[in-house]
Amino acid sequence: MKRLLDWLEHRTGVRKITHEALYENVPGGARWRYVWGSTLTFGIVVQFITGIFLWMGYSPSAQTAWESVNYIQNEMFGGWLLRGIHHYTAQVMTVLLVLHLMQVVIDGAYKAPREVNFWFGVLLLQLVLGLSLTGYLLPWDQKGFWATKVATNIMGIVPVVGGGLQKLVIGGTDYGHHTLTRFFALHAGILPGAVVALIVVHVYLFRRHGLTPKEPRRGPDAAFFPDQVLKDAVACLAVMGTVLFLIVRHRMFSASGELGAELGAPADPSEPYSAARPDWYFLFLFQFLKYFPAQTEIWGAIVIPSVVMLVIFLMPMIGKWKLGHRFNMGLLVALLAGAGLLTYLAMAEDKHNAAYQLAVKDADREAERVKALAHSPMGIPSGGAVTLLRSDAFVQGPKLFAKNCASCHRFDGNDGTGRLVKDAQSASDLKGFGSRAWIAGLLDPERISTTNYFGGTKFKDSKMSKFVKQDVAGYTPEQKEQLKKVIAAVSGEAKLKAQRAEDLGDATVISEGCTLLKESMRCTDCHQFHVKDEDATAPDLTGYGSRQWLVKFLSNPGHPDFYGKRNDRMPAFGEKQILSELELGLLADWLRGEWYEPGEEFSEK
Amino acid sequence: MESKETETNRRGFFKGALALVLGGLVGLVPALAGLTVLLDPLRRKGAQGTTVKVTTLDALPPDGVPRKFPVLANRTDAWNKYTNVPVGAVYLRRTSGDQVEALNVVCPHAGCFVDFSAESGRFLCPCHNSSFTADGKIASATSPSPRALDSLQVEVRKDGEVWVAFQNFKAGQPEKVPVA
Repeated sequence: MKRLLDWLEHRTGVRKITHEALYENVPGGARWRYVWGSTLTFGIVVQFITGIFLWMGYSPSAQTAWESVNYIQNEMFGGWLLRGIHHYTAQVMTVLLVLHLMQVVIDGAYKAPREVNFWFGVLLLQLVLGLSLTGYLLPWDQKGFWATKVATNIMGIVPVVGGGLQKLVIGGTDYGHHTLTRFFALHAGILPGAVVALIVVHVYLFRRHGLTPKEPRRGPDAAFFPDQVLKDAVACLAVMGTVLFLIVRHRMFSASGELGAELGAPADPSEPYSAARPDWYFLFLFQFLKYFPAQTEIWGAIVIPSVVMLVIFLMPMIGKWKLGHRFNMGLLVALLAGAGLLTYLAMAEDKHNAAYQLAVKDADREAERVKALAHSPMGIPSGGAVTLLRSDAFVQGPKLFAKNCASCHRFDGNDGTGRLVKDAQSASDLKGFGSRAWIAGLLDPERISTTNYFGGTKFKDSKMSKFVKQDVAGYTPEQKEQLKKVIAAVSGEAKLKAQRAEDLGDATVISEGCTLLKESMRCTDCHQFHVKDEDATAPDLTGYGSRQWLVKFLSNPGHPDFYGKRNDRMPAFGEKQILSELELGLLADWLRGEWYEPGEEFSEK
Repeated sequence: MESKETETNRRGFFKGALALVLGGLVGLVPALAGLTVLLDPLRRKGAQGTTVKVTTLDALPPDGVPRKFPVLANRTDAWNKYTNVPVGAVYLRRTSGDQVEALNVVCPHAGCFVDFSAESGRFLCPCHNSSFTADGKIASATSPSPRALDSLQVEVRKDGEVWVAFQNFKAGQPEKVPVA
């Protein structure tokens, strides 16, 4: 062993280097306050290791970035842990950077002859923030997409070179494949390379000038190893412990809590995203920008932050004045307090912003949904996961309803997305449309004239209303039983997913109902039912509430098969091309509760 | 005096060892997380063989000359799922009436796509010159391929539909072992 080491030493000088590295003098002995640089180095090593493994699963393009990250996160064994470590180590490093900077400034370690090293440190700080910024976009989820757009648009307002710079960074005029390839090259190649180069110089200069001891010294000088190394190792352990805690914290308090880093729904430039926020460590800048009216944002986004950075850069010079060191410490405290206050204000504002809270809820719902769709037997088509969401009734239905229907109709009292509507309700509440409960309500003398049914429409005093309020109201118990069968028959026409088992079990009741509907109940006096009837004046009950019926109805409620000329205010959504065929289908599917549920066989429509 | 020095040394050694253990431990966490994900493919099964319709008898000349057909099937590529896309190809050869033989186009030597040369009546691998007779057997003793071309099960169903149980096999070994 010794001979091998001697051989190696002779050829490489490894023993000497190790000795130099480990037995560096620590004036006044090991102290906890000296650990920050080591923890940051550790953080960077962790990012390199996890980053390279993530790289093996990541695919930078607009159709594969989210998909590959989702695959790492939700399909690959241990992927959530790997991605979680990378994500949260980045966040913890931001805190460590601030602690390191504070220690350096407070201990006066930036003063001569260590100015150059201080500058390298400040540059490293910027590089690490650059890594955070570029990394935020790579998953190509809604949050990263919209938040990073803000950052690159700010770049665009830089005088003269801004526009060109922005184009260069995003690889064109709009976000796309080349935005990702460029951000990825920056994130995994250029910036880490620069970090390594700068750290080498940073550590070299640190060794050259030695540690700046905090006075008064607590004891005699000691070697870096083992005391300080042990303290550093314990600090690194604490860092890793914090990261692991952050990864599992949601799961610790709820069995369904998310493990690891968040992944939102895939980026979609056509879908608004009101929950867009930068990561917490950039929130202060985000908040700061709110105070700059139009045309002055350059002050908040570029000029003031640049001036602050310049002053930090000049700290070694300022420190030479009599009160310079105090000024530097005061400035640092003021900056941190300011950033802290702005961060608090941003968070407090969001906390009390109901619209933002709802947007976050929507975002969570879509993120959860797309995860389930991506995991479904159908998988992700080559167009990317965003196409799954665009053609999903569960996600699109409420939005279409809110936009097109909710000015008159309601869905469970709201606009379908859970938001309340300002205008008064003037048409039926469509939650459960076509179900037995819904039809029973329509045929209830007490309820037909409420706004949840015909109350707000011109059918309030229609033949149907009169029939329900006069005839049905006077039904004998026997007739009431018959009515139930008719309700089951009409509702059976809808073939609702939620009612499938019930409908199957009640096959005889339904067939009795079909007969009653034509005979003693006299529905077919006005309605058509499986037999063509030119004299029918009320909506066709053939396939009532089925997908086909609903699509046709939405397409034109004034069609002779439905309300004909007596149609109230409802627009012909299909025929007037207000909604596309796909949208009509999505709306119908959603109203009918027809969408893929995790665990069931996927049915191709 | 001496014992105090020994005590200091012992404490130093203990601290050093602890530092190394802790340092190693924290470094191990990201490395192990990464390795776990790296090894994920070992936990996954490949595509199982599927029986698919490749062509009809009418497309096969009665002279026994092999013809090449693409095989379309559903395919999963990491996160993407495709329906009915080319997953490979086969050579089909009508041996008599409605008797059909199928060979996977992949050379069992190293996985290249073999060509059929009508001139010589043989399959030739463009990579390392493995050669096979029209029925897939090794054509010469100097052929580098360890086994004959991989035959596949064929079924001729109604209306002359030719269905093939498509499957890939591991290259470079004398036994025919399905890739899974």
